[in-house]
Amino acid sequence: MKHKTFFWFVLPTSLAMILFIALPIVSVVMQSVYAPHEQVIVEVENCDIFGCKKSTMVDQDATRELREAEPLGRFVGTDIYTNRNHLATSEVGLAWQKSSSLRDFFSEIMNLPFYRALAFTLTFTFVVTPLVLILGFIIAVSVNSIPSILRGPTIFLSLLPMIITPLIGSLILFWMIDSRGIIGTLLQQLSGDPNLSMKASTPLTWVTLIFYGVWHAAPFAFVVYYAGLQSVPKDTLESAMIDGASRWQQVRYVILPHLVPLTTFIALMQLMDNFRVFEPIVGFNASAHAQSLSSFIYDDLGGETRLLSSAAATSVLTIVGISVLLAPVLVRTWREFGRTKK
Amino acid sequence: MKTLVKGTLLGAMMISGSSAVYAGCGIEEGRISIVGNEFPAIQTVAAAAVACAGDGVEATANLTADHQKINVAGMQGNPAEYTSAIIANSSIVALMNEDVIRPLDDLIAEHGQDIPKNQLITINGKVMAVAFMANAQHLAYRKDVLADLGIEPPTSYEEMLAAAEKVRAAGASEYPLGGAYKAGWNLAQEFVNMYIGHGGEFYQPGSAVPAINNEQGVAALEMMKSLSAYMNPDYLTHDSNGTGAEMEAGNVIMMNMWGSRIGKLQDDEGAPPEIASNIEVGGPLMVGDSGTPATTLWWDGWTVAKNISDADAVATFLAMKNGISPSILNEETMGQAVWMIDGYEPAPVNQGVFASIAAGSTAYPMLPYHGLMHTALGNEIADFLTGKEDAATTLADIEAAYTTAATEKGFL
Repeated sequence: MKHKTFFWFVLPTSLAMILFIALPIVSVVMQSVYAPHEQVIVEVENCDIFGCKKSTMVDQDATRELREAEPLGRFVGTDIYTNRNHLATSEVGLAWQKSSSLRDFFSEIMNLPFYRALAFTLTFTFVVTPLVLILGFIIAVSVNSIPSILRGPTIFLSLLPMIITPLIGSLILFWMIDSRGIIGTLLQQLSGDPNLSMKASTPLTWVTLIFYGVWHAAPFAFVVYYAGLQSVPKDTLESAMIDGASRWQQVRYVILPHLVPLTTFIALMQLMDNFRVFEPIVGFNASAHAQSLSSFIYDDLGGETRLLSSAAATSVLTIVGISVLLAPVLVRTWREFGRTKK
Repeated sequence: MKTLVKGTLLGAMMISGSSAVYAGCGIEEGRISIVGNEFPAIQTVAAAAVACAGDGVEATANLTADHQKINVAGMQGNPAEYTSAIIANSSIVALMNEDVIRPLDDLIAEHGQDIPKNQLITINGKVMAVAFMANAQHLAYRKDVLADLGIEPPTSYEEMLAAAEKVRAAGASEYPLGGAYKAGWNLAQEFVNMYIGHGGEFYQPGSAVPAINNEQGVAALEMMKSLSAYMNPDYLTHDSNGTGAEMEAGNVIMMNMWGSRIGKLQDDEGAPPEIASNIEVGGPLMVGDSGTPATTLWWDGWTVAKNISDADAVATFLAMKNGISPSILNEETMGQAVWMIDGYEPAPVNQGVFASIAAGSTAYPMLPYHGLMHTALGNEIADFLTGKEDAATTLADIEAAYTTAATEKGFL
């Protein structure tokens, strides 16, 4: 391809990527290293319908001057990243010196909001992703082997969990596992413990969230695998059958190798999606037991006083986290790509 | 969850709802756009304000439970999207901090001489909002169940605990207590109540430095934990709607509840008549021996945006004034709130709020940094209630989380 043709060919894409991906990232990074100005607080008397009392307020005139002098805010460098609500470097250092054993150290670390959220986010990501892959594959193989007249309805039913809006899906399950809901009551009967509550215990909440994550994402893996199964070379399968390969051997030595690129694709998508886990935490009202990096950003932006710098820092950390997670898969794909080209 | 209603539609609803005086409202031109919380009293006010729409006057209202997430952003532009935000004493602070609302003194001098002085909210000598209703949390209980067991309605949390034990022992309900203990804003609000009830101060005098890691803080947390033992095990997921539903279902016998929500418990929707008719309101609950009730007083009022044209500001002021005029009060709207409006006649359902005011309760703190404290409380208290850590650790965590956020925001 000529250089000029190539330039015009990629121009729209590059422009869109700069506008919608690169610039927002630059903006987020900028916001995370600047914080609002020191607020000039003045004592005032406020009167409301219940009477007058001494209070404080922000002196807007004084604060405005500061703002106009430095519209971006005050430069704080990496302060936001290292503060207690994020990486908490000094707290971690202190915990390391103070604690006598690794166990102690970890329980200290797990008391810091960022690390607690990270613990849940990583657990969720690394449990849900493989389960989604396995379950999606099993469903795809099963659907592929049922009579074709039943396939249409089965595929439709299997896709339902993905079609339902995540928030609605989690709310439905949330009501069902209520201690007075259908699943909640059933579990109480089965376990013989009338006080059993899925929502009150942290481990059970995690189990619920992970269960929901798998339920919601498995159809995605199923659809991709099912499409892949349609392209498995018939000759190879037939040769395998003639050679006397059992059904399991056909799956293991013909189908699975054929589906490896798809597996990489699903794994990539799932790692990204699961690392950003958010809707189930809101839907299940689970914030008392599980937080994720995304729910932190939501809290920072949704409170009465918005913490923009903090939200920006968490966003950058999320981007870094996703890059780290995807790096091994991307590197592998890159290598394979290079090999096939030669 | 979100209602975006055009003026004409709401206007039509108003015509069918009441024959109130609203024609014209004396507005010649301008744009009125209201953002606010969604509950019956605010819907009434917004409907009456939006009814001022007409020739050259455009009026819309966006009432949603998520109003706090959009009102600051919606008023920061120039011209602002929202010309008026309906807020409470906690949420006006966010608007003040970002400097998006204007003083109303000149508008009152010219167009609002008839607004009663006690409705005007002044901050540093300037009128920043006009209040139209008061609210507070107080006791709600099932009079039939308590009467059957010979229990007096509790006046303090200590009595409430004793009563709960009796109700449970008698087998009337396994989880007789309720409360909006959902982790986050609601849970933090219950701590604010309980801490104030113990006589606690949130900050070192005259500064934004937190001071909750003390005896009163521990006592407040311990009391919340004792109460939670008598609540549905899912209590950390129950907001006011959730715990209200538990009372309507007949499971909750006593709880601390918002005055503005009692009407919904007593109406003929949700609860069967034998339960609804037996839900009664009590006064604010005391705790410890501080003499201050463990509740906070709230007002709801309206503001006018700063970044709008003078014509829009006048139009908004007049429309909102119409929204809180005595003509909005009728049989249906009278019981919706403790109105601060002339002609309001208190209904039995509102007695709890009046009792809270009479008992000398404290107003919710109107401080620029208290929103950050509230958020920190809401995020950390669950760790104590679920038994992950002790009270002192939780309080230290709250102070640390608040200090970090307040430092970032430039308050410390």
